[in-house]
Amino acid sequence: MSTRLATGGRFIDRSQPRAFSFNGKRLRGYAGDTLASALLANDQMLVGRSFKYHRPRGVVAAGAEEPNGLVNLGKGQHFEPNQRVTTTELFDGLEAESQNHWPSLEFDVGAVNARLSRFLPAGFYYKMFIHPRSFWKHIYEPFIRASAGLGKAPKSRDADTYEHFHAHVDVLVIGGGISGLAAALAAGRAGVRVLLIEQTAHWGGRAPVDDPQINGLGAEEWINSTLQALEEMPNVQIRTRMMGAGVYDHGSVLCYEQLTDHIGPKDGPRHRLWQVRADRVITATGAIERPLSFAGNDVPGVMLAAALRDFVVNFGVSVGDRTVVVTNNDDAYRTAIVLKTAGLDVPCIVDARPAPTGELVAEARALGIRVEAGKGIAKVKGGKRVTAVALCAQAGEGAVLEEIPCDAVAMSGGWSPVVHLWSHCGGKLTWDEAGAMFRPDPDRPPTGADGEGFVLAAGTANGFLATSEALADAYAAGQIAAGIKKGKGPSALAPAEEPMAPVWMMPQGAAISLREKMWLDYQNDVKVSDVQLAAREGYESVEHTKRYTTLGMATDQGKLSNINGLAILSDSLGRPIPSVGTTTFRPPYTPISMGAIAGAARDGLFQPIRKTPMHGWHEANGAEFEPVGQWRRPYAFRRNGESTEAAVHREVKNTRDAVGLLDASTLGKLIVKGPDAGKFLDMLYTNMMSTLPVGKCRYGLMCSENGFLSDDGVVARIDEDTWLCHTTTGGADRIHAWMEDWLQCEWWNWKVYVANVTEQYAQVAVVGPKARMLLEKLGGGMDLSKEALPFMQWADGRIGDFDARVYRISFSGELSYEVAVPAGQGLAFWEALLAAGEEFGVMPYGTEALHIMRAEKGFIMIGDETDGTIIPQDLGLSWAISKKKDDYLGKRAHQRPHMTDPNRWKLVGLETTDGSVIPDGAYAVSEGVNDNGQRNTQGRVTSTYMSPTLGRGIAMGLILNGPDRMGELVEFPKIDGTSVTAKIVSPVFYDPEGEKQNG
Amino acid sequence: MKKRYSVFAIAKEAARHHLGWERAWAAPSPKPKYDAIIVGAGGHGLATAYYLGKNHGLRNVAILEKGWLGGGNTGRNTTIIRSNYLQDPSAAIYEKSRSLYETLSQDLNYNIMFSPRGVIMLAQTQAEIRGYQRTAHANALQGVKTEWIEPRRVKELCPIINLDGPRYPVLGGLYQARGGTARHDAVAWGYARACSDMGMDIIQQCEVTGVSTEAGKVTGVTTTKGDIACDKLGIVVAGHSSALADMAGFRLPIESVALQALVSEPIKPAMDVVIMANTVHGYMSQSDKGEMVIGGGTDGFNNYTQRGSFHHIEETVRALVETFPMISRLKMLRQWGGIVDMTGDRSPIISKTPVGGIFVNCGWGTGGFKAIPGSGWAMAELMAKGEPGPLAAEFTVDRFKVGKFIDESVAAGVAH
Repeated sequence: MSTRLATGGRFIDRSQPRAFSFNGKRLRGYAGDTLASALLANDQMLVGRSFKYHRPRGVVAAGAEEPNGLVNLGKGQHFEPNQRVTTTELFDGLEAESQNHWPSLEFDVGAVNARLSRFLPAGFYYKMFIHPRSFWKHIYEPFIRASAGLGKAPKSRDADTYEHFHAHVDVLVIGGGISGLAAALAAGRAGVRVLLIEQTAHWGGRAPVDDPQINGLGAEEWINSTLQALEEMPNVQIRTRMMGAGVYDHGSVLCYEQLTDHIGPKDGPRHRLWQVRADRVITATGAIERPLSFAGNDVPGVMLAAALRDFVVNFGVSVGDRTVVVTNNDDAYRTAIVLKTAGLDVPCIVDARPAPTGELVAEARALGIRVEAGKGIAKVKGGKRVTAVALCAQAGEGAVLEEIPCDAVAMSGGWSPVVHLWSHCGGKLTWDEAGAMFRPDPDRPPTGADGEGFVLAAGTANGFLATSEALADAYAAGQIAAGIKKGKGPSALAPAEEPMAPVWMMPQGAAISLREKMWLDYQNDVKVSDVQLAAREGYESVEHTKRYTTLGMATDQGKLSNINGLAILSDSLGRPIPSVGTTTFRPPYTPISMGAIAGAARDGLFQPIRKTPMHGWHEANGAEFEPVGQWRRPYAFRRNGESTEAAVHREVKNTRDAVGLLDASTLGKLIVKGPDAGKFLDMLYTNMMSTLPVGKCRYGLMCSENGFLSDDGVVARIDEDTWLCHTTTGGADRIHAWMEDWLQCEWWNWKVYVANVTEQYAQVAVVGPKARMLLEKLGGGMDLSKEALPFMQWADGRIGDFDARVYRISFSGELSYEVAVPAGQGLAFWEALLAAGEEFGVMPYGTEALHIMRAEKGFIMIGDETDGTIIPQDLGLSWAISKKKDDYLGKRAHQRPHMTDPNRWKLVGLETTDGSVIPDGAYAVSEGVNDNGQRNTQGRVTSTYMSPTLGRGIAMGLILNGPDRMGELVEFPKIDGTSVTAKIVSPVFYDPEGEKQNG
Repeated sequence: MKKRYSVFAIAKEAARHHLGWERAWAAPSPKPKYDAIIVGAGGHGLATAYYLGKNHGLRNVAILEKGWLGGGNTGRNTTIIRSNYLQDPSAAIYEKSRSLYETLSQDLNYNIMFSPRGVIMLAQTQAEIRGYQRTAHANALQGVKTEWIEPRRVKELCPIINLDGPRYPVLGGLYQARGGTARHDAVAWGYARACSDMGMDIIQQCEVTGVSTEAGKVTGVTTTKGDIACDKLGIVVAGHSSALADMAGFRLPIESVALQALVSEPIKPAMDVVIMANTVHGYMSQSDKGEMVIGGGTDGFNNYTQRGSFHHIEETVRALVETFPMISRLKMLRQWGGIVDMTGDRSPIISKTPVGGIFVNCGWGTGGFKAIPGSGWAMAELMAKGEPGPLAAEFTVDRFKVGKFIDESVAAGVAH
């Protein structure tokens, strides 16, 4: 059984018990425990079920590489699936449930898959479930889906908050083991800005467990003194519980800090996502021990050798009473020694090497531990817990020599440097034959903008597994990163180790019946036989093998399985491992929360709403809003109990008959200024803007380089070298960027400045036959008469108590003044207009009334009549294209054959024969079908409304040669199968002579 | 003829520990000459070869691949299949493709797991409502079955969605019930197996380094495995189309950019449809394995690195956390990038070229996976007959000269 030892445990505080629950069972651990150590201390070895076969699974590792121990953690708004037990710190009240089983962890119906596993090899689903076709959607797929997935889906909204930090440093050191500490020390001493981060709560990594001497000190002592030195350096920052998640181009590193996960639900941000810009990045990320592939290596109780001693030393937890150690290297002997010293039984060390002789081997032997050289494990016995191992000769086929009863197996297949961060941004690896591992190739690092490598791997992560070499390498890396010469770093003393021997399969000649029980990927249930099957079937590329078998695609992303799987593949193909290569390492190193990625930008802070000075008034006065760009504009102002449609119609009628107010502040306002401003605008607009006299306004069109109409608006010439360009509400930022694009990239030597002053002004359209009366009533002395301020002119002056710029422009066909006042006075001006207008029946109106009125007048709307494929000529706007200019953006495109084709869909008005409204988006059909069997069309509706003014449905549309077909009838099918017939008419339904707007 | 895949074959093999399975596709050395060579063993290239053989009887065909088959965008996309396109030529080819997907598992005798779970494109502004209603009308005339659905129905189909986001409430959606997803690798593998079975040569690790022509007509290619002659050459290499065109001596209006995607850790089924939210820029579905598959935007600069960058991921995840609040407590497992070939109008090119016998199929941009069968069908017809059939007729490279664009960004502002 696994249990808590009477003494020991560096991390735990036995004076501080912690209560927690697992699958409803009330259990106790100590402060400093991880959920894994606390579960093991309570003899809870079984922690979950595997993905495919629902095999019982126990904890196999002690850190971020753990593939099995995943739980549903917490409740309600704090619920989170797939939490790794080995990295979850224990807190009081923690509630965890195991995953992927029904009805219970101990008895799981899904385990029948394991019985059927012979029928479910890698990729079985590609070969099955093909017939009958309809079964896939209704029977096979639902079955596969129900059995897939691990944790439960969260049901509630996340109660936690998250935030983003940005930092700039000279050297970022990732990993707070002794290598990271040494590297940070070296860089810190050189005086550069250093950030040192460690993903766990503890400094020093695994060194204190094995306790080498460093600079004559015990490992823990050296770590503490180094930390103290770093803390005293003002140029060095250190942080724990912060992981290097990803390395990106240009020295950008994503880091993930867990602020409250170790104490449970709490106010304040849970995670903090850091984007660190570093001149140099040092990855001191250590190494991960590899499992060995022997039959039954997934039975709970089989654990990585180093993890087993971590649990003893760090947490005072014994994983088993009798532990067999199986290894191909010296390091695993440390586990045997630790166990024996702790008073636990180690019946045997099974070493695949024929004649191990190192210092550690001698020490183990001296402790009286039996060492079986040249042997391997033929098979692990046991179901939900190891009961024995069967020994065999490593060189043979698995004939059992002896069975040894035990309740734990400590395995070690050697170590793999953690090269993920090195690789994310293109760092290359090299195969180290002696260590049987991939290590960073110092000649091919990830390169930055200067072509130099900006990532340095350090210590164990750089392939230096021996403590003294790792420290020297890491200290040197710190100095190189800081840009100073290499000097002498700390020195270490640890037992010398003999070379390891690569063992990819145990025994070497294992028969298929054993290979079918050798797990490579525990979580995804990928076995040696699966990889061999993939190779046999021609899935030879390592990426094919991965995808066909799902090797390394689980939540641990193959941290334990990739190298072992790769070795099996290379053996199957008869090619050396380096020529097979690795799959691509992708960020993040371990999964990071979506909440952290989204950060603070949620709810009201997700794309914050831009508000005009009058926005609050609109809210208080019944406005129904619609999103337009980043704004919300009033769609209509409903009054006591009225429907939206009724409100819109009332607003239209009132504006046509009396006077209406529109908050036009959202309209884009760009100041274009400079000696070359006129020339610039002549290029941007199809019209001639340079000749516009000061004081006048002109309606202008802008096209893309492909000639398509992209925005429109009224341009006013303010003075000799200043123009004010109005854009659509949604187009303001886009057009501003468009102007800057041309000015910065193409015409960089033109003397023009563009400023976006949209938010500097509040703008109100005062519209209707009584508009002038209303404004005159406010006083201020401005002459607003037709003679002094005719249509399409503007003037500065005073209206009431307000400094105003008044434009005589109209988007409704009515007498209209658009009045701009400083934004700060917008609300006061709006309210003054409403008060003064009371006697004239003034009412505000929204965007829908605006749309209807412009459609009644035949004015086009960007986004309705245009969709990115329409040229001005299609819309009867040829008059706005200057014939006198040499060039404008879109001119060349307008000369392309398809654009000059006389047979194009062109703008017309449409009047339904029965007075009804044509549905939005309807197409006009013509006879027959095209070569693809699609119904032929001859046009479509672009704007369609019930006109309150005319009391009937009106529409604008694009119809093939429309303007030449006045009076013809066209048919618009509806979705429901019926259709509506409309007559082609002029698009100007209201006041075609323009008497009202000019008045 | 290869052994057929079936539950019986599995049972038979199980008895001998699956030691009897044959290669899914052969690994031949190149012959000196082929009737046709396809460059690029991605989905589109393999589908082209498959339909050349199946529909046109052309089987002396080689498919050359510089890496491993299916290793480009076929193996790194978000697997969405739909055909609710606006413009006639697009709707025609995507619907052809979608309908071929319906029976592809049976055609290929390889389960590609086409899952018509339904695709909803959310409308979150008035302009989007009008845009999708227009698409619905167009689809009805094009024979593409789609419908406009109200917010309540959106919620029924996708219970985890937040209809009342403070910023952009869901106002409805365009729903294609027979859209969905498929297993991307299986599409490439299934076609590869079928091509190999027809006697075609799939040659991996064989990079084309030059194109030979004589009197304005193709004669063959130079590769890292030697010179290979051919009568017809199909260039089907997505992001690297410009490089191949350059070897053949012509230019293509293509820009290559990285498109970002990510997956979450697997969870039990929570989402049975594909949701695309174009206003906030993000789309999401749940794979059969349980991962939330999330697609984002393209990097704002041209490049060939198949790497993930982070700023788009941040933007996409932010949008989706707002749309599906429950994902806030899921974790991102993996992010990656693929190089997509973008044309000026975001529609593909299936076309003859200035060089006789050379045909090009590219420009699928961010939406190529869904088009694989239809694209292969149309490209095969073009290569076999020398002239495009109705499916490819409008997708000529010349359209950029005359200005006859097929612009699909019209209805949906972003990536499709």
